[in-house]
Amino acid sequence: MKEVAPGWASDRFALYDLFATYGALIDAAEFDAWLALFAATCSYHIVPRENYERGLPAGLVYCDSRAMLEDRIRALREANKYNIHTDRHLIGLPRFVGAEGDARLVEAPFAVYQTDQEGETRLFATGLYRDSIVAEADGLKFRDKLVLLDTFAVPSLLATPL
Amino acid sequence: MLNAGIWPTLDYSRVPYHLYHDPEAYRREQEHIFRGPTWNFLGLEAEVPNPGDFRTTCLGDTPIIVNRDANGRVCALVNRCAHRGAMVRREMSGNASEHTCIYHQWCYGLDGRLSSIPFRRGIRGKGGMDPSFDMAAHGLRQLRVAAVNGAVFGTLADDVEPLEDYLGAPVLAQLRRLFERPVTILGYNRQRIRANWKLYAENTRDNYHASLLHEFLVTFGLDRSTQVGGVKMDARHRHNITWAEAESDTAELAQEAYGAAGVRSNYLSLKEPELVRFRRERADPLNIAITSVFPSAVFVQISNSLAVRQIRPRGVNEVEIFQTMLGYADDPPDLTVHRLRQANLVGPAGLVSMEDGEAIEIAHRASKPDGGGTTVIELGGAGVISDRDYRVTDVPLRGFWSYYAELLGIEPAGALR
Repeated sequence: MKEVAPGWASDRFALYDLFATYGALIDAAEFDAWLALFAATCSYHIVPRENYERGLPAGLVYCDSRAMLEDRIRALREANKYNIHTDRHLIGLPRFVGAEGDARLVEAPFAVYQTDQEGETRLFATGLYRDSIVAEADGLKFRDKLVLLDTFAVPSLLATPL
Repeated sequence: MLNAGIWPTLDYSRVPYHLYHDPEAYRREQEHIFRGPTWNFLGLEAEVPNPGDFRTTCLGDTPIIVNRDANGRVCALVNRCAHRGAMVRREMSGNASEHTCIYHQWCYGLDGRLSSIPFRRGIRGKGGMDPSFDMAAHGLRQLRVAAVNGAVFGTLADDVEPLEDYLGAPVLAQLRRLFERPVTILGYNRQRIRANWKLYAENTRDNYHASLLHEFLVTFGLDRSTQVGGVKMDARHRHNITWAEAESDTAELAQEAYGAAGVRSNYLSLKEPELVRFRRERADPLNIAITSVFPSAVFVQISNSLAVRQIRPRGVNEVEIFQTMLGYADDPPDLTVHRLRQANLVGPAGLVSMEDGEAIEIAHRASKPDGGGTTVIELGGAGVISDRDYRVTDVPLRGFWSYYAELLGIEPAGALR
């Protein structure tokens, strides 16, 4: 296997675990634990592919600080109303694509299915995570997470994180 | 079924549910509203800055190309080949000197004129088009277009009043305010809602729901019905401006109206208060200005986030909201970042807008089985349709239905306008 990230080969399982945990915590609506997967300084953006490809900066969710991401989750709990549903993340194998200082750049494809209260499931979103990941004392963390959204004609609305 | 007798009242305070579900109503809306005497927002001149730049969009169900021709003029064309009815321009955007249909390579200029047909003279004298074929009569249909400070509207009707008259002075003033300086495109977002398009058109005129459905507004003190504000319509009451002035109420008044629990926090309790902090940009104090133009455009200022929404019907049971996020070309970088942050407020994931998708879906779903039932539109009183200087009102919905009834030819005798 090509060693694109020296020293990280042994962390490959940790990386897989990070992504598996990421999806599982959203699906379980455990958002505090989900937030703990992000570094102390972090960003989280959901960007429609049609903007990304044209170099347009606007996102559907634009959190350029941890504070904004925490506000998002608080709003989801305290203020927002949305379609009653459960999420199911299917995340493909992440791969190293480069390095940036102490961070490793990683991509992983994803699909999210939503199931309503009647048990009807629909494909809600597909896309690509393009992440910058750092090692902190208690494990790997997302520093910058870009959710590049293929399904940018958003079905109904987007409330829970992708 | 679809006639002037469907209205239980003459002030449109009761709207039959079946209007949201009736395929015949949808068909007549396309013909008499979207292809009828209305002006429809198509895009921005800033989206096609150079000759040859094009974008594809729609006017109701009709596919449209908006492009800038070699002379710098913005034109709109029906995106349908004169030959076999195929979509000529398939890409969302780009730059081209002509539009060529891939099917048989019929080629059109940026003004829509048919410029060439392959094998028109046949091969070695055999086949091809009859010499009498009139190229000039087989172009892409060109729409009438008109613009307000770079916001481009088009119409498929020959007999519609001039755009400025159609909009009326108050709406025109709002558009000139929003587009007072050249704009820049920050991005797009789209939301496909499983509901009839008119439920969304009503929603943008509905002042009653905003601070109730969108709890974020009140919880974090961004917008409350206790602020100074109201609704202002055009003379025909088909368009509406919802407006509110920043910081024009008191915490005491808000607590009295919503209860202490409803206003338990203010924006200072956010970890990033910039998310909702209003930076005043103009002489006027408006922090909410939502201008709905009949039938399908909404021009939006919510705090410092600026946008245009195009309502795109997708059959009787679905609508796409296509939103273009805006800044000004001369915004300093920190203001651009501020607008991008406040874009969190609007769109399909908007902190003060995501609920609309759910609200109109549940209205669509539950109203479907009871075609004989009606909605109740009486906030701010029934009867006369007029501007209000308060916010707890849904009168502009009745204005929308009044003009809808007129265009569909189902306006009852003696109805209010």
